[in-house]
Amino acid sequence: MEEESDTRKINNSFLREHNYATEADIISTVEFNSSGELLATGDKGGRVVVFQREQESKSQPQRRGEYNVYSTFQSHEPEFDYLKSLEIEEKINKIKWLPQQNAAYFLLSTNDKTVKLWKISERDKRPEGYNLKDDDGRIRDPSTITSLRVPVLQPMDLMVEATARRVFSNAHMYHINSISVNSDYQTYISTDDLRVNLWNLEITDRSFNIVDIKPANMEELTEVITSAEFHPQQCHTFAYSSSKGSIRLCDMREAALCDKHCKYFEEPEDPSTRSFFSEIISSISDVKFSHNGRYLMTRDYLTVKVWDLQMENKPLETYQVHDYLRGKLCSLYENDCIFDKFECVWNGSDSVIMTGSYNNFFRMFDRNTKRDVTLEASRENSKPRAILKPRKVCVGGKRRKDEISVDSLDFSKKILHTTWHPHENIIAVAATNNLYIFQDKVN
Amino acid sequence: MFPKGTKRKFSDPGEEPVSEEDQVPVTPSVAARTLTSAYSLQRQSLLDMSLIKLQLCHMLVEPNLCRSVLIANTVRQIQEEMTQDGTWQIMTQALAAAQCPADRLVATEVLCRQTDPAGQSPKPCSGAGLEEGYHAEEVVMEGDVETEVTMSTLSPVSPQLSSASYLAGPFGMGPCWEEEEEDGECEEDEEDDSEECASESEEGDRDHLSPDTRTGEQVFGTFEIKHPAPPPDPALEELFSDVDPSYYDLDTVLTGMQSAPKMGPYDLLESLSSHGPTALSSSSSCRSDLNELDHIMEIIVGS
Repeated sequence: MEEESDTRKINNSFLREHNYATEADIISTVEFNSSGELLATGDKGGRVVVFQREQESKSQPQRRGEYNVYSTFQSHEPEFDYLKSLEIEEKINKIKWLPQQNAAYFLLSTNDKTVKLWKISERDKRPEGYNLKDDDGRIRDPSTITSLRVPVLQPMDLMVEATARRVFSNAHMYHINSISVNSDYQTYISTDDLRVNLWNLEITDRSFNIVDIKPANMEELTEVITSAEFHPQQCHTFAYSSSKGSIRLCDMREAALCDKHCKYFEEPEDPSTRSFFSEIISSISDVKFSHNGRYLMTRDYLTVKVWDLQMENKPLETYQVHDYLRGKLCSLYENDCIFDKFECVWNGSDSVIMTGSYNNFFRMFDRNTKRDVTLEASRENSKPRAILKPRKVCVGGKRRKDEISVDSLDFSKKILHTTWHPHENIIAVAATNNLYIFQDKVN
Repeated sequence: MFPKGTKRKFSDPGEEPVSEEDQVPVTPSVAARTLTSAYSLQRQSLLDMSLIKLQLCHMLVEPNLCRSVLIANTVRQIQEEMTQDGTWQIMTQALAAAQCPADRLVATEVLCRQTDPAGQSPKPCSGAGLEEGYHAEEVVMEGDVETEVTMSTLSPVSPQLSSASYLAGPFGMGPCWEEEEEDGECEEDEEDDSEECASESEEGDRDHLSPDTRTGEQVFGTFEIKHPAPPPDPALEELFSDVDPSYYDLDTVLTGMQSAPKMGPYDLLESLSSHGPTALSSSSSCRSDLNELDHIMEIIVGS
């Protein structure tokens, strides 16, 4: 017991003030829906919190639509796999919205093993005047009923309820790392370390395995799948990334099993920067198609790369996220930070890309002007409605006043999950257990 | 062997290009001596770190396969490099010579190296995994068969294995023993057993006596408590209480020193020349814990 508390002390020593209440509140995914009206967050405790944008009121035009809590529900519970004597975490790994087809909203949420389809609907009326039961729900004594009446719908306080409509389970032996809804809005893929499975949204008892990289002899396993996504327009095309820094584009029309890629994207290694960590830092943590479907963006440990789908041998653009960490790879390996999986995201027009870093920093790169900026998501440094000040990390030599040195960076404060509104310049950034929503300044 | 007062400086291997390494392919010992000491030290500590990462799997939740694969690949890369410049041979030979045979199980590889080579109490161990890998590189055998062979032929008098094996200790007990010990103590540094294991157990093909199943679980996540054993967690906590914090202490890493000194190639060479025990005192508490664990396991298994 003593040792346990010692360990905890040591671990805490490089966490500065930690303001999170419990680990269950750590946000593990954020996602805007396709209209940008809703923002969903998933956390380590298996909960989903959905925010809705306020309707902009004409009386207060300066006050742009803010996001308020719309619905909260427990999506996944911790489970115990008795066969393997292992716990299955309830942490929500990914949330993906389905396009809206009626008044209700639908989203897919997944933990390590199970995907669930949730329906979020509003109820603002309820029937009153039942014959067989009271308004409270108590059964009426039939002998007291002397006349019949027709129940009437009465208005009530708005209630938002979430119901699980489908549960897609028992299809993954390994941990699910991503889900992606097809542009046909009928199917979706779920991806674990070694396999990609195709599901029909209506059918929960079977899925089709379309990619399987599990070797016959597991001794030969040297590469895993890290992420997969459907093409935004072509319903037969999807891409998946690997831990060795490659991306494969597959066409489902070619064969039932898409083990043979139709395009293979990989940048040859630069021999001058080779080290024992080269492979680890080349592992791709996220892959995202651009909205226009012409480009692919990948995030590895130190860079973000934009690939042209027509050019496989090298990326179109490479952006350094935090190259000052290159000299610290050994320490980052030791404290496991080198395995952190950062996500990346496009803005609505595919002109700006964004990704997170340490010390609650996140970076934006303008692809047209080639300018980049580092911003910080923290309460101390930004008051509500204040403009974010650009931050800078000083690499060596003299540190200017507002700069922060590499050694002062807090590696426990990492921004892994970010999302960008589909049309406007509104971003949501998850910093441990805090959600930050930033908007463009209104002039 | 080295001039007195040579200061071992820690610098990130990431910064050092491989070409800096000095290689003289005359004899293994000569090659080792001419290696840049800083580079070799870093490489060794990286290897140690990786091995510990692989063995210290989370007991409750399945460990991250991607992370395990990346660490295993790193270990393989280091081993290949060390095999090429002959350092590996020295290390295994030194260990084989230094360690006395015993008929109790030997512990994790790292703990083994911390053992007083003069022949203190051995620890329960899962050397099979490690030896597996080296066999793969030296002998090129296939999965199942190989491990079976390894298990059955490991004994104090198996010279061919002991010279090649990193862990000189024999396995006096049957496989089921190791399974018990496995849960947490075992270190897995080779992908060979581990991946195969994961797949086997994942597919429900559980051969309880196969060492593959056992070792794979450690790295690639599918733990199975096959016997109604008490949860090993408390013992495990105690066991690794000495190893864990110091290893994950950034300060320690940055100074390049560990509280529990690692046996690098230079330590081995020193021990060879001195024929005496190396100064590995910090492992004594580990050892007593392991003895207790041994004892508990004996009772449970009823051997």
